[in-house]
Amino acid sequence: MRLLNRSAGRLSQHRRGPLAGLVVLLLGLLLTGGLYTVLAPAQAQKAESDAELVAKGRELFLVGCSFCHGQNGEGISTARPGYQIGPSLVGVGAAAVDFQVGTGRMPMAQPGAQVPRKEVQYSEEEIAALAAYVASLGPGPAIPSEQDYSLEGLSEEEREEAVVRGGQIFLTNCTACHNFDGSGGAMPQGGYAPQVRGVEPKYIYEAMLTGPQAMDNFTNGNLSPEMKRDVIAYLQSLETTPEYGGFGMGGIGPVAEGLFAWLVGIGSLVGFAVWIAAHTTRTSKDKVEA
Amino acid sequence: MDTTKIASTNGTTAATTGRPSPLAGVGTWADERLGLATAMKKQIRKVFPDHWSFMLGEIALWSFVVLLLSGVFLTLWFTPSMAEIQYEGSYDQLRGIHMSEAYASTLNISFDVRGGLLMRQMHHWAAMLFIAAMLVHLMRVFLTGAFRKPRELNWVIGGVLILLGIVEGFAGYSLPDDLLSGTGLRIADGLVKATPVVGTYMSFFMFGGEFPGELIIPRLYIAHVLLIPGLILALIAAHMLLLVYHKHTQWPGPGRTEQNVVGYPLLPVYAAKAGGFFFIVFGVCATMGGLLAINPVWKYGPYDPSKVTAGSQPDWYMGIAEGLLRIMPGWETHIFGVTISWNVFLPGQIAPVALLMMVLAWPFLEAWVTGDKREHHLLQRPRNAPTRTAFLAAMITAYGLLWAAGGNDILALKFNLNLNYITYFMRVAIFVVPVLVFFLARRWCISLQRHDNEVLLHGYETGIIMRSPEGGYSERHLPISTERAYSLTARDRDVVVPDPQPTDGQGVRDKGYPVRKLRARLSQGMFANNVQKPTTSELEEAHHHAEHEHELEHASGMDRPADGHQFDGHADHTPDEAPLRGH
Ligand code: HEC
Ligand code: HEC
Ligand code: HEM
Repeated sequence: MRLLNRSAGRLSQHRRGPLAGLVVLLLGLLLTGGLYTVLAPAQAQKAESDAELVAKGRELFLVGCSFCHGQNGEGISTARPGYQIGPSLVGVGAAAVDFQVGTGRMPMAQPGAQVPRKEVQYSEEEIAALAAYVASLGPGPAIPSEQDYSLEGLSEEEREEAVVRGGQIFLTNCTACHNFDGSGGAMPQGGYAPQVRGVEPKYIYEAMLTGPQAMDNFTNGNLSPEMKRDVIAYLQSLETTPEYGGFGMGGIGPVAEGLFAWLVGIGSLVGFAVWIAAHTTRTSKDKVEA
Repeated sequence: MDTTKIASTNGTTAATTGRPSPLAGVGTWADERLGLATAMKKQIRKVFPDHWSFMLGEIALWSFVVLLLSGVFLTLWFTPSMAEIQYEGSYDQLRGIHMSEAYASTLNISFDVRGGLLMRQMHHWAAMLFIAAMLVHLMRVFLTGAFRKPRELNWVIGGVLILLGIVEGFAGYSLPDDLLSGTGLRIADGLVKATPVVGTYMSFFMFGGEFPGELIIPRLYIAHVLLIPGLILALIAAHMLLLVYHKHTQWPGPGRTEQNVVGYPLLPVYAAKAGGFFFIVFGVCATMGGLLAINPVWKYGPYDPSKVTAGSQPDWYMGIAEGLLRIMPGWETHIFGVTISWNVFLPGQIAPVALLMMVLAWPFLEAWVTGDKREHHLLQRPRNAPTRTAFLAAMITAYGLLWAAGGNDILALKFNLNLNYITYFMRVAIFVVPVLVFFLARRWCISLQRHDNEVLLHGYETGIIMRSPEGGYSERHLPISTERAYSLTARDRDVVVPDPQPTDGQGVRDKGYPVRKLRARLSQGMFANNVQKPTTSELEEAHHHAEHEHELEHASGMDRPADGHQFDGHADHTPDEAPLRGH
């Protein structure tokens, strides 16, 4: 013990030496390198990087999200019972994080009726890290992969059937909030269901899977993965088909049509009436009295 | 006289008549049997006055013609049946879906009939314009007092036409059997069912059983293509005949009296203008039908009572009923085990009809209050009937508010508003804002009347600022032309009914007193604040005064621009060489 102490003491005399930093670094590298070759088979390597991802995610979470969602994602209640600064994220899954952070909704800027889309705050790797961390809190839906929502591998006929089926599922489950054309609709108390036309397929899938904010949650038990895929196929088919009728006036239905009837239709016709009445070959002459 | 065209002679033989032109032959043939020339001569020479606002009714007429034309086209392919079939047409997104034949045939018209979608869209746009034009036309007639004797009947016909047009439009957009038309029918079903006591029976009668049943579309179809268009056509004919019989009203002006009509003869000028206007209306319908998507039924999908879409609204002319339904609190009464749904009955059945009836009844109320039994062919300017004008302004405001309330979700979505707050706001606004608008519009009219009198008495404002030798500034007024003065004064003075006595001279109680008192009160409310045109002596005095002023101005050199030398003797020319301004 004394020897150890002494040698440590002697070593420590050199700890501020010019080369000490270098030596320690080399030693450290040697040690980790050696350990790595000895201890790391292929699977453990992935587990390691996953753990790293989770650790990185936790760090990001602590900085950006814990203020509202708690140090461990357990949620923070307000003094008013039933209200929360941020809900618990245990079990919401990676899909929820990917959706919320990937569309810029989280980190939330301010509380309110709506958590709107805004500029995305995190890079893709950071979002993956955050998702991995939240997923580690409890089992939940994973981020869907491209195969989950692409029609790749289906025959032409099967694709058409998928689109038709998707259209019916969309009309049954989504139009009540998102409108027949996916143009969005109002929700009570200042909230709204946003436009879904033009949203990336991954986020449509995740929205259905996790039911963000006021939206219902369409679990795989409710809408099977194929059904979700079909809804996405339908929405995408709407984007590739032309607007057969012409300009759609926002795709919000008869209110816009009525407005156009008055402003464009009656407006122009009254204009024409004024024009016709003002233009006559013989405005002042030749009026006949009967 | 050159007779070679009708007879040939060389001067020695008897003349032989030339061959009449075939057209003339037909004309003569018809005239000898039908007496058309004689009957039509008067009509052809009928004179129509010229003003843009007199063409608003024509917009309605011509859009009805567009409706007839495009509607007949649609009937060739539309199948009014609710029998279920599987769609096999060209629209990919619905292929293989089970739907009613009505919906399938509408898709078929849209995608597989050449020009079908254009016709559908023209038909729908023309329907929107038809009813809008009737309302604008109604506003013109109302604001100018054109409904007064002898035209009351035509006013009522117009009102019935609007009602029929709305019902026809509703029947029309229910035909395609898409999600939106089914939702509309569901609301109609709710409205009917909300009738106390007999509601359910009526609904079952209408739908031939439980909603939606299999009968409603064939029934609506017959109403839409035969019954109501027939009625509308007959009423339009009556409307036009009465118009020709009464002759058109005209704005007052020199040479225009209650006994004559000044304008263009039907042929050729007026007919050319009106005929040309048809092509313009047709063109606007075709342009809108070609460029603006209306009622894209393929996106709504077939009707299914379990589905609904955000943005479910009726066509705009039903927007007022929709708005009333949306802002009505959920009041219900339960008595004897029966529920009376005031929340649907009042806003759905009572209020919209009451609002329309108020407007339609106004002319009769006005006639009763004024007791005016004379014929009127000269129009009134809106400002000269302030209460009437303000009443319509209030009604238009109510209409606009209710339409907005019917689109509350669209407003909330597009302007980032709170849906609930819009509803609360409308609940109050519908009672408050029209009243405010009423008083504001009335004040506005009265100020305009005052302004007219100012112009009559003191001339118009020239915009020329004069500086008197004392240094004061004033604006130069010049008298208006005699024609303008005539037009401004060609109106009657309002007669205000004085308060009646509760008893007659002998102290006997007057039985009609309450009614008479009501009439006096209304008369005072309607007319007491109006500004009357100046009397002859007022006018003469004002003109006398003005002449005197102008003399003074001329004497002091104020009616000419000053060159700065008028008092120093260095003026290079006499003031008269530089007149102030030609007018
Ligand atoms: C200002 C407070 C706040 C911040 C910061 C914040 N959140 Fe949230 N978050 C909320 C609230 C509040 C909700 C619930 C919103 C709702 O349901 O209306 C929520 C919901 C979520 C949900 C959806 C939960 C579910 O049930 O599907 C996820 C996932 C989420 N947040 C992740 C994050 C992440 C990751 C961050 C950091 C990048 C973050 N949040 C930052 C307040 C916040
Ligand atoms: C109860 C109403 C409701 C229903 C039903 C509903 N949604 Fe939503 N949806 C919402 C609301 C509210 C939001 C906005 C959530 C938020 O603020 O983050 C939303 C968001 C979305 C988004 C995200 C859009 C964006 O801008 O990122 C998509 C995609 C979506 N919904 C798709 C669907 C689909 C597909 C269905 C049908 C399977 C559906 N929704 C059913 C209410 C609904
Ligand atoms: C007062 C006049 C009329 C009005 C206001 C009116 C209104 C309408 C409306 C709004 C529609 C729905 C169109 C759509 O978007 O699909 C419609 C459909 C239809 N109308 Fe009319 N219409 C009128 C007269 C007529 C006439 C005179 C006919 C034929 C004789 C006719 C035949 C049809 C048919 C067959 C349809 C169903 C076809 C379809 O929906 O595509 N309409 N009408």
